[in-house]
Amino acid sequence: MTTAAPLATAPELVPAKPSAAQIAKKKLSSPWASLAAIVIAVLWTIPTFGLLVSSFRPERAIKRTGWWTFFSDPTVTLDNYKAVFGQDGGVNLADFFVNSLIICIPSVLIPLALASLAAYAFAWIDFKGKNLLFLAIFALQIVPLQVTLLPLLEIFVKIHLTGTFWTLWLAHSTFALPLAIYLLHNFMREIPAGLIEAARVDGAGHVSIFFKVMLPLLTPALAAFGIFQFLWVWNDLLVALVFAGGGNDVAPITLQLANLSGTRGTAWQLLSSGAFVSIIVPVTVFLLLQRYFVRGLLAGSVKG
Amino acid sequence: MFHTASTTPEKLLQMLAALLLFAAVLGVILFIAGRIGGRSGDKYVAYLYLLPVVLLLAVGLVYPGLRTIYESFFDAAGKAFIGFDNYKTIFTDSDQLIVLRNTVFWVVFTPFVATGVGLVYAILVDKSRFESVAKALIFLPMAISFVAAAVIWKFMYEYRPDQANVKQIGLINQIIVWLGGKPVQLLIESPLNSFLLIAVMIWIQSGFAMTVLSAAIKAIPDDIIEAARLDGVNAWSMFRKITLPSVRPTVVVVLTTIGIGTLKVFDIVRTMTGGQFKTSVVANEFYSQTFRADNQGLGAALAVLLFILVIPIVVYNIRQVRQSEAR
Repeated sequence: MTTAAPLATAPELVPAKPSAAQIAKKKLSSPWASLAAIVIAVLWTIPTFGLLVSSFRPERAIKRTGWWTFFSDPTVTLDNYKAVFGQDGGVNLADFFVNSLIICIPSVLIPLALASLAAYAFAWIDFKGKNLLFLAIFALQIVPLQVTLLPLLEIFVKIHLTGTFWTLWLAHSTFALPLAIYLLHNFMREIPAGLIEAARVDGAGHVSIFFKVMLPLLTPALAAFGIFQFLWVWNDLLVALVFAGGGNDVAPITLQLANLSGTRGTAWQLLSSGAFVSIIVPVTVFLLLQRYFVRGLLAGSVKG
Repeated sequence: MFHTASTTPEKLLQMLAALLLFAAVLGVILFIAGRIGGRSGDKYVAYLYLLPVVLLLAVGLVYPGLRTIYESFFDAAGKAFIGFDNYKTIFTDSDQLIVLRNTVFWVVFTPFVATGVGLVYAILVDKSRFESVAKALIFLPMAISFVAAAVIWKFMYEYRPDQANVKQIGLINQIIVWLGGKPVQLLIESPLNSFLLIAVMIWIQSGFAMTVLSAAIKAIPDDIIEAARLDGVNAWSMFRKITLPSVRPTVVVVLTTIGIGTLKVFDIVRTMTGGQFKTSVVANEFYSQTFRADNQGLGAALAVLLFILVIPIVVYNIRQVRQSEAR
């Protein structure tokens, strides 16, 4: 993590010496390299762009002509967006949007808080069975969610939590813990031991060390994992389907979009605008906090 | 507090209550931990800090996991013990064999193509003037949900019958028509449809591969590059002899990470075809069997199979990471 983290952010700032890749590229005669890059970039952007353009076209136009004809016959309307938010369309995206937010906030905060406490214990306190327990939690990362869903649903039925946000909050929080503990633990180990020792000598206990020494240093790691978890929960479909599939009261926006695609698969005026409403939050979060997100990604994969 | 909230104020109130409850629990833990003094009390602080996590993991992950393994040996209703019959079904039933075949397609093609595209693109845009914009374009699909990505691509694959006054609205079919072909029902033709779904996953994962590999490329020490340059090494050998060996450990980690993600992919298949037209994969079949076809036993066996398939990839991944850290 130490080496990976700065790497993710530095390159934009430092116009350093030529890299291997750059030389390779130069010698590949630049025009071809640029062309190849542009082709990939265009290929990767066109699908989203096409749907975005469609979401602003009138329903008749979407269903009769391709979105590329928009440029010879530009008619723009906001009707599609009104339709997905309005009551008559039966889509009511606003409600599901609120649900998504309500699911996300506790599902990010709870595992972050619990995991930082646990990571602190693993990183800075000696106790019996520490290594074994840490290894066990690390190993839990590989358990696919699928293996847990049905028994967990049965537990929720037994304690009468089905159809409430609690199922999603608890499930998402639990599933996030192994990775969160592992990443935060790694990050905490990087903090010099002298800092903690000094605080202890001054008579600080583990609670005040956690809040006064650890937490301020931990902010970038918490931000990275927080964004990661937020995107994961916001974009999740499987957990929502299993625990909130029955009722619309707690279903997130992804679930409504998936249902819409299943039941009204040709209603492109609703699907296009609906898709963009669901995308807007994660894309904004991503663009604003890209730095932290990339750092989290590198910590989780390169050094994971 | 534990009922179903149905209006927005009610929902917000419930969320607030939940957060307060959680804060209270944390407060109690920290209060007790604060009262434990001295180094001899250290381990009690640790147990206290770990208590909620261990409880949640035990109830929410370990127990359900073991329970699913147990249930995979029972019949559809979860009543009668049938030994390995569910597993036998997975490997003999003709529908299930197609599911396995598709899963192999997914796991072989997605990681390699996505990593290839990511690597090439990372090299092409490295230190160019538009690097950050160029990267953001490829990376953006990572922020989008699989469901929205599936909707985006379903629109690309849209089919309109081949009639005189009917125009194509899906770009792929329009291109086929422009090239003089007849429009194809892209999501219905098997096995073509599976590959078209795989393309969506590649579209999403290439950005991940690109970002991680780009960081690795930038980490190659300058002196190595400088030396090679002075030797007059050409572009292809520079790539083959320096870039590739330097980023090899990262390439393996990226491949395996995407491989694991691909094994569990479910949203794309469900949203685009619902697993029909011979496009189902293990993760989707698990959902259909468990929650649609009410075949608990087979569903559990498919979940366990997923688990078993993930293990070797993860072990390999961890070993590679260890090696690259040791260097």
